Amino acid sequence: MSTMNIALSITKTIQDWLIGMMPEGVASISAMVIVALIYLAIFAVAGLYLVLLERKVAAWFQLRIGPNRVGYWGLLQTMADALKLVSKELTGTIKADKFLYNLAPYFVIVSSLMALAVFPFTKEFQAFDINIGIFFLIAISSIGVIGILLGGWSSNNKFALIGAMRSGVQTISYELSVGLSLLTMVLLTGSLQLSEIVETQKDGWLILQGHVPAIIAFMIYMIAGTAETNRAPFDMVEAESELGAGFHTEYSGMKFAYFFLAEFINMFIIAAVATTVFFGAWLSPFGITESLPWLGVFWFLGKTLVLVFLMMWFRWTFPRLRIDQLLTLEWKYLLPINLANIVIMAIIVWLNLTIKF
Amino acid sequence: MSYFSDIYKGIKTLLTGMSVTGKYFLTSRKGAITQEYPDNRDTLKMFERFRGEVVMPHDENNEHHCTGCQKCEIACPNGSIEIIWDRGIDEETGKKKKKIDKHVYHLGLCTMCGLCIEACPTDAIVWAQNYENSTYDRTQLTKVLNRPGSKLKAGVED
Repeated sequence: MSTMNIALSITKTIQDWLIGMMPEGVASISAMVIVALIYLAIFAVAGLYLVLLERKVAAWFQLRIGPNRVGYWGLLQTMADALKLVSKELTGTIKADKFLYNLAPYFVIVSSLMALAVFPFTKEFQAFDINIGIFFLIAISSIGVIGILLGGWSSNNKFALIGAMRSGVQTISYELSVGLSLLTMVLLTGSLQLSEIVETQKDGWLILQGHVPAIIAFMIYMIAGTAETNRAPFDMVEAESELGAGFHTEYSGMKFAYFFLAEFINMFIIAAVATTVFFGAWLSPFGITESLPWLGVFWFLGKTLVLVFLMMWFRWTFPRLRIDQLLTLEWKYLLPINLANIVIMAIIVWLNLTIKF
Repeated sequence: MSYFSDIYKGIKTLLTGMSVTGKYFLTSRKGAITQEYPDNRDTLKMFERFRGEVVMPHDENNEHHCTGCQKCEIACPNGSIEIIWDRGIDEETGKKKKKIDKHVYHLGLCTMCGLCIEACPTDAIVWAQNYENSTYDRTQLTKVLNRPGSKLKAGVED
């Protein structure tokens, strides 16, 4: 059970409780299953409400009202949508590669749900505190693109294929910037483990500790992160005016819902990583609620939602980039700036010019 | 170095755009342009240029401006207007004179192009602003625009 030692409190609490009732082996497996189910339930609901938030925010940006018919203030709208999608027929093209076609949505949703396990929602609420946390996150988020490529390829549809190939180009390029900007911050923390990154930030959030290069890294991270989730202004993958719905053109019902939900959970993940690495995760500003650790969930979600809102703001402000502009932005601007930024950060850490409270 | 000034300009213009949409976001409560239609049908009023259907206004003496010249009928590309007319004897001059019997308007054929209203030399027909034009029976879409017993207003032809 050496691996279980890495897993932190939430798993342990449930496991201790279960050990009283059943043998240790069964207890640890059931504890894992229970934690997995809790996370699955929370993020099915969270994903649905992110969709609602997106629709409401989009409406306000466009001087509209947004969904307001199902439930008070439209709060049940996305629930109703999900129910509708569950009840729909699963269609497909005749010449589709059936196995890959059915596999693709699971790749996408599983990879985005796996990433959720490592986030420190609060001091005691982290399912899997692995010592290579950031590395794990970057690795897992790269798997999602395989699902998109599979979906586009196996649909046997030209629009889906073009969308998927664009997604491949885009995600592989922007992965570099996400990785390098996070690496800049790792220079400050000296650890990849998320709980330790949070620990370092008790002397001030990393965006303050690292001042100028940290702010540059944050800007690069947000741009590259938006591109990673295939959202506007980087939504080449599902450019509605050119490609129908892009890689998921041929999907319907629940399989489509998986892609859709995964997109929003990915947005949450990008914002949550930024919260953890730049804005002190569950730490409250100036430690005002330090005596109440469970309030960390509130701070974590609050900061994450602010960043999610920032990404929605991008989406409803900027026009879509052309594919060559997209690659110019990454390879000629973000990447060189990022490399220079790492050197600056290294010098700052070396000369001990960081700001600490 | 245009490289760095490009980055500066890029960030600046992006922030300008975001401030514009940000302002919209903050004022969206007051300025929402959405009409919650079936709920506000009592208060909803269409703007002046809205093309609901063609009507013929009558004054208090049940007189209209239509001389029966048929210019609207000729102008209509779909044939939605049919004018049934007759020659009657004018009381003042005693001469035979053209006057309308029925100005028939098929709303079901009309595309709201407005050519008839532009063609009308006496402004006898105008746009109405009503917008709930659906019916359960298509015969109700064929309308007679001049009211029964109405006649041409004196002096319009001069």
